[in-house]
Amino acid sequence: MIPVVSALALEPEPHLVANECTACGARFFGRRAACAGCFNEAFTQATLPTEGEVVAFTIVAFAMPGVPTPYVAATVDLGGTKVQANIVGVEPTPDHVHLGQQVRLTTFGLGQDTHGTEAIGFGFTPIGD
Amino acid sequence: MSSGDVWILGITMTKFGKRPDVETDELAAEAALGALKDAGVTMKDIGVLAAGNLMGGALGIGQQVQKQIGQTGIPVFNVANACATGATALRTVIMAIKAGEADMGLAVGVEKLSGAGLLGGGASRYDKDTWTPRGTDGAIMPLDGRVGTAGMPGTFAQVGMEYGHKYGGVSFELFARISEKNHAHSVLNPLAAYNKAMPLEQIMGDIMIAYPNTRPMCSANCDGAAAAVLVSDAKLKTLDPDQRRRAVKISASVLTSDPYEEGCQVLPNVNTLTRRAAQQAYEQAGVSPTDLDLVELHDCFATAELVHYDNLMLCPEGGAVDFFESGKPFRDGALPVNVSGGLQSKGHPIAATGIANVWEIAHHLRGEAGDRQIEGAKLGLAHVIGLGSACGVHILEKAS
Ligand SMILES: [Zn+2]
Repeated sequence: MIPVVSALALEPEPHLVANECTACGARFFGRRAACAGCFNEAFTQATLPTEGEVVAFTIVAFAMPGVPTPYVAATVDLGGTKVQANIVGVEPTPDHVHLGQQVRLTTFGLGQDTHGTEAIGFGFTPIGD
Repeated sequence: MSSGDVWILGITMTKFGKRPDVETDELAAEAALGALKDAGVTMKDIGVLAAGNLMGGALGIGQQVQKQIGQTGIPVFNVANACATGATALRTVIMAIKAGEADMGLAVGVEKLSGAGLLGGGASRYDKDTWTPRGTDGAIMPLDGRVGTAGMPGTFAQVGMEYGHKYGGVSFELFARISEKNHAHSVLNPLAAYNKAMPLEQIMGDIMIAYPNTRPMCSANCDGAAAAVLVSDAKLKTLDPDQRRRAVKISASVLTSDPYEEGCQVLPNVNTLTRRAAQQAYEQAGVSPTDLDLVELHDCFATAELVHYDNLMLCPEGGAVDFFESGKPFRDGALPVNVSGGLQSKGHPIAATGIANVWEIAHHLRGEAGDRQIEGAKLGLAHVIGLGSACGVHILEKAS
């Protein structure tokens, strides 16, 4: 198995990790030469909570080939750190997704390469709806 | 004694829409020649040229324009700043004049977008045979649509929804009514790509692109160009009274980028850099938002127009919905916004937009806007934003 992005850690349980500036605490997904907030060049890895709140969403009707539509894309606030991901496991309609919705991280397969390695994607699914 | 101000001496925009009859450089030349004629000068008078054509890549639109209208050996700056490219060309010429490097300059923006679909791609860098992490985020495949959205429609949809989450009061219908306003405004603009009013039901019933924006709530891809001749205060004083009479003062010219804030690299923050640009512009011009007679703001999507009422401080913080509901941004309201029809109806030929918005304001300040003239307009603001992000704000003042 291989995560779709380096920010997705699969063990022991799936969770997201961010590179956290050791000086100001700003968090980034992926490599940065220096902190965009304070220019410090040292980072440490921070584990993000797996539950959060939808602070913005959209339902996108058109996408590149291979991406099912419509899909719900959202900005999710995980304890003060925002992340962009799809909302999955719900009907992609405005009746089923709402601002302020509580969601939880979930993972799923995105297909295998020729060696049989499964790509693992992530999204968020509503809690308790 | 010169004030150090920079003035618009001549400015023009082409009709926006489909222009299969001309190449990009020819369309740019049409606008550039129009601006020179409007200014009553020739390329011989121009000391600096800044030009933008976002889809043209490394071709150097500035030099192509020179080959169409006059090669005099002057410095050329080819600029690119997403949807703020036109404003960046203006800003570049203004800086050159303010620095004393030239007393007259030409800014040009042009785009041919007719028939362009959803812009995307980047799939080729990924290896489907063996998943291999690429780039700073270690992605093994294109993320757009799989891990959120990277497209403009979905991004700007979220910008509007985020505002709703923060302050409340937004709905699909509210955003559609903002679009209805701009489409209604465009009826009076003969240069708009589309100049038909659209009933609310038609806007809401059209194809959904990215909820809550349907197709007519998105900026219209089209061809178009705009150009401006700018002049120093000292040089203007030496010109004919007829040229001076129609000159429009640039009271503020500001370009900002996105300062770091939590989340800004996840969902572009179009708010802070716009608010900062507006604050700086009001300060430079020595005016307040309530002094404005009209505003052209970057309504690349209906959802974007709402947040920019707030960012440009046309209303109290958090008051954008009330501002719209009050009727102020309608053309018969207290502070008309996008009387040109805006990007949703006038069209959005990307690199031309930041000069075309300024042309619209200048047109009203000169009292030449015909049927859509905002009577007695003396002060106006033009705003553009390019994702990434870059924000341009220009405040224009009628010559007194
Ligand atoms: Zn830092």
